[in-house]
Amino acid sequence: MSTQEPFTIEQFYRFLQQQKLMAAKCLKCGKIHLPPRPLCDNCLSQEFEWVSLSGTGKLVTYTVIHVAPQQFEALVPYAVGIVQLEDGLQIPGMINGVTREQLKIGMGLTLDFGSCSTSQHWPKWSRYCFKPVTT
Amino acid sequence: MSKFGKRDGLLAREIFAEAALEAFSRCPKLDPKREVKAVFVGHMGEAYEHQGQMGAVAADWAGLAGVPATRTESACASSGAALRSGIYAVMSGLEDVVLVGGVEKMTHRTTVEVTEYLAMASDYPFEQWNGITFPGLYAMMATAHMHKYGTTEEQMAAVAVKNHFHGSLNLKAHMQKEITLQTAMASRYVAWPLKLYDCSLITDGASCLVLARPELAGRYADTHVQVIGSGQASDTIALHERRSLTSLNAAKIAAKEAYMMADVKPVNIEVAEVHDCFTFAELMAYEDLGFCPEGGSGKMIENGETCLGGRLPVNTSGGLKAKGHPVGATGTAQAYEVYLQLTGQAGKRQVENVKLALTHNVGGSGASAMVHIFRSGS
Repeated sequence: MSTQEPFTIEQFYRFLQQQKLMAAKCLKCGKIHLPPRPLCDNCLSQEFEWVSLSGTGKLVTYTVIHVAPQQFEALVPYAVGIVQLEDGLQIPGMINGVTREQLKIGMGLTLDFGSCSTSQHWPKWSRYCFKPVTT
Repeated sequence: MSKFGKRDGLLAREIFAEAALEAFSRCPKLDPKREVKAVFVGHMGEAYEHQGQMGAVAADWAGLAGVPATRTESACASSGAALRSGIYAVMSGLEDVVLVGGVEKMTHRTTVEVTEYLAMASDYPFEQWNGITFPGLYAMMATAHMHKYGTTEEQMAAVAVKNHFHGSLNLKAHMQKEITLQTAMASRYVAWPLKLYDCSLITDGASCLVLARPELAGRYADTHVQVIGSGQASDTIALHERRSLTSLNAAKIAAKEAYMMADVKPVNIEVAEVHDCFTFAELMAYEDLGFCPEGGSGKMIENGETCLGGRLPVNTSGGLKAKGHPVGATGTAQAYEVYLQLTGQAGKRQVENVKLALTHNVGGSGASAMVHIFRSGS
């Protein structure tokens, strides 16, 4: 695992493009940041290492969006939620492949890596979403 | 406060002038051009009118060009921040009299445009990037609250029914008609579980207050109120990085600070204007402000405790829900309502013998919050 990459949100998305879910662990106090930050909000340290996170977790809360900004209008209604990963960190995202009735707090979800934005403008970040864990 | 509503044909600066003029008229012994030494204007978005620098623009249209004029931005708490800034200015001794207020002109834009502009007050790289709207953020907090405490969609709808009833008694409110629980429950989903009637209104409006050093207030107006507590706090902007999804830590800190400064307890508050950008947000406010235990807000609205005639009337103005929510104007509009209540000028919605009132103004999904406590008399 490289320690050369800057601890930035831009770099978080670059890792996602490589199908890696990464967070920044503070070398001083051990707090893991998702997204990474230049300063640890717990101890103000600037020393971090990248750690790889499991892409599976459970749904903490959710909603189904019916009125969306223009960019997302074609997708309505769509589900979004906050997922608590196995490592305890949380991340929000769209949840695909479920109806509102199927959404349940505590259900298992797994990260699906999407394509990178093809927009000519900033930001050129990767897309990602969650889907139900199939057992 | 200006009339809130759809103010076709007017620009924000013109609506602000309307509110400023009323604030001046309520201080009959004040010479605004000579004695107002600074202006703080809450304004959330340049996008609505393609207009920045609203501090200077609004001050100019209030006839005060020349004074230091600053725009404060904390999303829906922008004028809560203006009020707080005004307090800093007069209590530091730097100025004797300042004008604080806020304005937003929104209704000339489409709902899709407004949704997009409001979403700018949420986290961009994770929330906006994933299509999470403003109603979506409060909906996720509501879902978590329903799961944890059994709060229901009917209890949220009851907030809308109450606030529309209060709004029907306020001639300056955007919507002045009562609604039924059935109407609220039957409205379409915006972000499940929040429906159209759970959302505050897209409104045009402005509000203004004159602030003076306490010992000078009587010099400018016979009728005035005292700010005895002021709290402001912030939080990490994205919901996923917070410890709680069922309360707003910034609001809790701001409330604690304000109560301490005022040396009062939640139980002493007799009237409150709280930030009901969504019906669920009002329920969460009852808990964050200590009006009821955590998880107890659903019962509190169900029992009618916060309706006019109840133990603690909340949002007698109609709140953001019925009076309307011109985002930049909301914080000082709340203070305007408690000023009316504390000075016995609230007309049909007057609560008897009010001496202590509170305002609670939240920016976005809780990255900023301001709580102020007011006392009647001098």
